[in-house]
Formats: sequence, C-alpha cells, structure tokens
Amino acid sequence: MNDFPLFPESASSVAPLVDGLYLALVAITGSVSLLIWIVIFYFAIKYRRRPDNELAQEQEPPAALEMTWIVLPTIIFMGIFVAGAVVFFRMSRTPANAIEVYATGRQWMWKFQHASGQREINALHVPVGRPVKITLASEDVIHSLWFPAFRVKTDVLPNRFRTMWFEATKTGRYHIFCAEYCGTMHSGMIGWVEVMEPVEYQRWLAGGSEGSLASQGEKLFEKYACNTCHTNTSGARGPNLAGLFGKTRQLTNGSQVVADENYIRESILNPQAKIAAGFQPLMPTFQGQVNEDDLIRLLAYVRTIGVDQPVSTPVESAQSAQQSSGAPTTTGATTSTAPAATTGATGTQPAATTTNQ
Amino acid sequence: MTSTTIDDAPFIEPSTRERRNYLNDEYGVLSWLLTRDHKRIALLYLFSVTTFFIVGGIIAFMMRLELLTPEGDMFTSDTYNKLFTLHGVVMIFFFLIPAIPAVMGNFILPIMLGAKDLAFPKLNLLSWYIYMIGGTFGIIVIITGGVDTGWTFYTPFSTQYSNTKVFATTLGAFITGFSSILTGLNFLVTIHRMRAPGLTWYRLPLFVWSMYGTSVIIMLATPVLAITLVMLMVERVLRVGIFDPALGGDPVLYQHMFWFYSHPAVYIMVLPAMAVISECVAAFTRKKIFGYKFVAFSSLAIAFLSFLVWAHHLFVAGISIYSALIFSFLSMFVAVPSAIKVFNWTATMYKASVSWQTPMLYVMGFIGLFTIGGVTGLFLAALGVDVHVHDSYFVVAHFHYVMVGGTIMAYMAGIHYWWPKITGRMYPEWWGRLSALLVFVGFNLTFFPQFLVGYVGMPRRYHAYAPEFQVLNVLSTAGATVLAVGYLLPIIYLTWSVKFGRKAGANPWGAVGLEWATTSPPPKENFHETPVVTWEAYDYPAFLKAMKETQDV
Repeated sequence: MNDFPLFPESASSVAPLVDGLYLALVAITGSVSLLIWIVIFYFAIKYRRRPDNELAQEQEPPAALEMTWIVLPTIIFMGIFVAGAVVFFRMSRTPANAIEVYATGRQWMWKFQHASGQREINALHVPVGRPVKITLASEDVIHSLWFPAFRVKTDVLPNRFRTMWFEATKTGRYHIFCAEYCGTMHSGMIGWVEVMEPVEYQRWLAGGSEGSLASQGEKLFEKYACNTCHTNTSGARGPNLAGLFGKTRQLTNGSQVVADENYIRESILNPQAKIAAGFQPLMPTFQGQVNEDDLIRLLAYVRTIGVDQPVSTPVESAQSAQQSSGAPTTTGATTSTAPAATTGATGTQPAATTTNQ
Repeated sequence: MTSTTIDDAPFIEPSTRERRNYLNDEYGVLSWLLTRDHKRIALLYLFSVTTFFIVGGIIAFMMRLELLTPEGDMFTSDTYNKLFTLHGVVMIFFFLIPAIPAVMGNFILPIMLGAKDLAFPKLNLLSWYIYMIGGTFGIIVIITGGVDTGWTFYTPFSTQYSNTKVFATTLGAFITGFSSILTGLNFLVTIHRMRAPGLTWYRLPLFVWSMYGTSVIIMLATPVLAITLVMLMVERVLRVGIFDPALGGDPVLYQHMFWFYSHPAVYIMVLPAMAVISECVAAFTRKKIFGYKFVAFSSLAIAFLSFLVWAHHLFVAGISIYSALIFSFLSMFVAVPSAIKVFNWTATMYKASVSWQTPMLYVMGFIGLFTIGGVTGLFLAALGVDVHVHDSYFVVAHFHYVMVGGTIMAYMAGIHYWWPKITGRMYPEWWGRLSALLVFVGFNLTFFPQFLVGYVGMPRRYHAYAPEFQVLNVLSTAGATVLAVGYLLPIIYLTWSVKFGRKAGANPWGAVGLEWATTSPPPKENFHETPVVTWEAYDYPAFLKAMKETQDV
C-alpha cells in the first residue's frame, strides 16, 4: 500500500464480503443520490423564476409516482438488510476448528494470551489461512478490538466474555485499534497483528512460555481449592466438571443452560446465580479475588477437563484442521515442523487428564 | 393575476398602527427578560443558541487543528478528549436540539396558526430560563476543567473512571431536557387548541406537522434521558450499582437507555429541519408541496419509528445476533419516510417557479447533503458493513452529514427565509449566496474525506492517528476553515442588516402562509385582526386572492 490509501488492505476471509457489500451500496446509493441531484439542478435551471413564470404553473407530476417511491426504496432497503445480515452471520459463526486466543483490554493496552501460554502486549501473532477465535475480557472500562484489515470489531466488556473470530488470508502486519473511547490514552491503545506463514508461526509458538494456559489454570484450580469440591467422586460437594464445557446443564430451578464461557465466568464470580441440579448453593464467590487474566486461565483449564485431546491447543487443532480441510500450499511445510511443536504442547496434557481421574 | 401582485411590493409608508411592532412595543432589559411574547422569547433563544454554536464551533476548529498532524502535538490527550466531549455536548444539547424548535418554532408556529401566542406563554419563558440554567452548568464545566467522557457518557467510564466534571455536565443536560419538554408540551397544546378559524388539520403548513412530530418525540423520549442521567449521577455519587459491573450493574443497559432517548433525539434535530425545508421549498418554488399528506404523515411515521431502532448503535456492543437482526430490519424502515420527503420536495420543483435566492440555495444544499447523510445511514444499518465502520470516522462523517448538512443547512435556510419577518429588514442577497456556497463547499471538503478515512480504518475520538490517514485529515481541516468563514459571514451581515438592511414589506418573497399575512415585524399580538383561513395549504392563487380582499376592506 502507498502512503495515502483510499481503501483499506483486505486481509481476511470476510473482508471481500464486507467490501463487496460496501461497494454495492456505494454504487446503488451513489447513483440514486446522483439522480436526485441531477433532477434538482435540472428543475432549478429549467424552471428558474422568469417574468413569465412568476407563479408556478401548478402542474402536478402524476400521483402514481408517490407509490413508486414508497415501494421501490422499501424493496431496495429490504435487499440491503438481507445482504447485510448474510455477511453478519458469516462473521458471527465461529468455525469449529479455530485456534483459541485470549485477549484482555485494559487502560490502555491489549494483552493477548495463546493457549500454549505465550503472552504478548499490543501485538498478536496468528497464522495465515487458519480461523482464529479470540475470547475477550476487559479489566476496567469498555474497549473495542478492531482489526480494520480483517473488517471485524467487537466491544470488550468488563462483566463478561465476548468472542470474535477472523481468518487472515494474507501475511503481513496490520493495525489493531481500540475503537471504543476508553479514556486518556485511547488513541494509544493500538498495536499490530502479525499474520505469519504457518511454519513461522509454529516456530514463533515454540519460543519459550510458562506452560500452556490450561496448565496455568490448573495450578490456579488448586490454589483456589476448587479441586476440593469439584472432584469426580460421587457425593462430591461440587458438580463434576469433566466434559462440561459446551454441554447443556440442568439447574435446580428446572431450567437449562449451555455451559459456555460466560456460564463458567458467572459460576466463578457469582456462583449463586445458577445452581446445578442436585447440588447445594455452597460455593463462595470469587469476585474480587480472581482477576481477568486468572479467569481466562481457569476458563482455559475448565475447557480441557475430561477432554482427551485438549480442544484449544493451537498446534493440535492447526494440524487437524489442515488435514481435514487439506489446505493446499502449507500442509507439507507444517507437517515437517509440527511434531516438534506438538511435543512441546502435549507436555502439559498429562496434568490436564490426570486431574479428572 | 399579474406578476406585480406577488413581486416584492414597493415599500409603502405604514400607518401608525402598523409602525408599532413587537420590537418597539416596550423598551428596557426587563421588557425582554420578563417578556411572555413568544417572538421575544424566540430572540432570547436566538442569542443563546448562537452563542453556544460559536463556542461549539471554536472547539471543533481546535480539534481540526490538532488533527493536522498524526502526532498529538498541539494539546495533551486529556485536553483533546475534553474538546471532543464538549463539542458534542454543546452542539447537541445546547445548540441542535433547541435551535430550530426554540428559535423558529417559537417565533413562527403561533403566527402560522393565526394565534396571538403559544398556549402557555409563562411556561415558554420558564423553558428559556431552564435552558439558561442548564447552559450555565455547561459553561461552568468548560471554565472549571471540562469533561472527558464523550457526549455519550458511556459507563463504567463515566461513573467510575473519569476524574472530570461528569456530574455537572450530566446535570446540565438533565436540566436542559426539561426546557425541551416544556417547549414540546407548549407546541402540542397550541397546535391542538389555538388554530385560527378555518385552519383545519390538512390546511396546516407542513412546518406545523413536523413540529407536531418533534414535540411528540420530545415529550416521550426526553424523560427517558432524564431517568438515565439521574441513574448515572446516582451511581457516580452514591456508588449504587446500576451500570458498573464492579457494583453489580450492567454497562450495556446504560447504552440501551441512552440510545432509547438519543436515537429519537436525532429526529428531534432532523424533523424541525424538514419542517423548515418544506416551507422554503413551497416559498421558493411558489408551488404546493407535492404529496402534502404523504409529507405530513411521514413526519408522524418518523416520530413513531424513531423509537424502534435504538439498538442499531449496539450491533457490536454485546447484544445477541437475533436482536441485531431485528434492529437492523427496523432501522431500514425509518429511512423510508425520509426518502418520501426528499422525493416529494424534488417533485415539487417540477414546472415550478424556482428562485435562486439564498434560502433556496440552502434548501438545495440540504437535499444534496441530507441524501448522503441518509443513504450512509443505510450502510450503518446493514449489519455486515456496520461491524467494520462502527465507531470509525465513517460514523462521524455520517452524522455530521445529517446534523450539519441537514439540520444546520435547514437552520440557515430558515433564518434567511424568516429574517425579514423577524427584523423587518432584508439581508444582503449576494453575501447570503456567497456564504451558502462557502458553507456547501467547506462542508463537503470537511466531511467527505472522513467517510474515506473511516472506511480505511481511522477510529473516532483519536487524539493521535496512524500516518497514512494524514492526507485526508489535512483536507478535512482545510474544509473546516472554509466552513468557518461560511458561518462567520452570516453572523456579520445579518447583524449589519438589522440596522442597515433594506426594509422588508409584509411579504417580501411572495410566499404563502399566515406569517406573510401580517406586517414585518409583526405586532405584539401578531395580527391586527384574527385571520380567517379560506385556502388550502400552499394554495397560491387562493391565498393571494384572500390577501387582496383583506387589503381592499
């Protein structure tokens, strides 16, 4: 791109859809607006006030016009609605094989954590051609994570997890902006997303970390003594968490809830809100004790309990996805480096699996 | 009928009775500060809102200067954040919302209805005092250090994290809201109860229909803003958890409540603009507005639909995708009545007698700019595009096309159109045309680049920005300079014309409407005899005939 772009870099799978819709809207609305201006100027010149038309000739245009310009715009607007909704659904539905990344916004920086444990500030490394799912939390006010080159944006809230996803289609370095005004250094809450070839990404992932997020979460699980009640034994005081994530769970009040990110979050911070069927409301709140980073670690751990293959290990899922989708250009390159990376990541798995046995 | 009857009639020395008018009926400061005359109150509002417009404009210009360079080198970040907050607060709460209703509505509405005053003249004066108290809070905030939350006061930033004058600012906005409510109430009762004999609903000028729609929105929506701001103040001061999650609240709840008022408030600003445009189109084409009933009812449709679309501000804020879908769908419909109006105004010009006087230039500017503002609203209502452009400069450009390109263009059209009625003097026509041209060119140069830079990826409310956005920002600042000159000129030449302008007759435009059936400026009681309306709205031949008969009597 030159120094003076009039159109943003297009680097994600949804970007061409958004741009296509945008340009179609420019074409439709532009030509209608142009038509209106031409008609106005034509009338203003043709029927300009002259001595012989001091008073209008009082000839009305045909009344059928009225219905035309009520019905026609309505139809066009409905078309725009449908097109917008279709693109939006594509943006909203996270692919199942996405790499899990966690982001925390705080005044005034972005913190990203990878499932394998790498942490980065105001920078994010992702592979090209792979969906990336980001689970977002805020430590203070509302922020908004925007990747202009990917055409996606999500507000980051201080009271629950949000998720977003993208699939980068072009390697390179693109802006990260905070789009929701968040105080003094709002315009400094920016960073770069580095889209890398899968090989380089694996190499980057392999570079040092403090163990996977899930293993860090497991330590917290012990530290906060969660494991004293949430055991797998019958008669345990807390429900068994094995294989819980993503399942539908029965509550004491008869209703059901899907155990998603926000359910886990609420069960930690406000455990009395939803009591699993067959259990007593005994659990104390951890509001104010567990910060956003630890919540993310606990969440990453809870996701893995009772799952033989950790769902969110990037290397693991990267590989399986590439095998299943058969990504043409990169497969060969990835498999050659993957084994080394996989062993690195799986080193933490035994811990995860032993806990629930 | 010959052309001379509708031409600007040669100035005839008025009788003593006609020389007495609302301006020279009484003298002294108290005769203004304690007046109950809707025309004088309108002038009090004119001075106040113009002052706030100048303040808001200077702040905007300071922001544009800062944005000349990508680095934040002119002000600190805190100062810049305060500037855009104050610009928004001042322009929206203290200029745009009261501007057309409280100045032109106050002055013209009772005269259009053939009434002596509004239904509740004391309440009308009270509304100005309430406005001034609210405005005083605004000024105090500016002097004592400002506020940095953005005009939207999003929680929990505003209730927990900001260390600026949030309480005083929201209190000012809260108080000013009551001034709007009183004005809306006054208009509703006046329109229902005080129409002249013969002035049936379908004979009403479209200005009145639009003001009716505006008043309905004001009455229903403003209390919600008041409630929301009280909750915000309670949370900030008493630490009661409503919106702040640290206290058990929900920050998105605030956004729902805020936009439940603030989206209809967009139409509190736009409907009066449409009111003025309808009048000016009829006057400067000398023709009945095409599709009168469609234009009239589209105002009411807008008033109704405006309450059903608030969550389109929240598409990426954390609402479910299904509510996003519903609000996107409903938002599409609110564009229909606006489109109907634009098409009808355009069709009115067909085989008309189109004048190129200043107000009509502003009208043409309005239609052009409001159309862009309207269609870019469709971009934002379309979910897939909104996710990208939400909170970017695209949004900034969109609402400035609606608020400035729409409302302020209409405000300028109306001020020039009714200036001879208000002051009894004509403004200098060529200066008027020059300023209209400067405003149009300056406006487009300022805000069109912002659509582009927004789509490229520049977020709004950024003190410093990425270097590749600079060229478009420099263009925008250059445009703001032209725009500033365009706005300064009328302030100068209109002031000049009060003393030195050519004297205007009762009906200098040859326009239709009861306000043109009385002297310029009107007497204190508006009409020397109660008018009887025998003509349909904008029926030129019938109106001119009726005027001729009154003169002959």
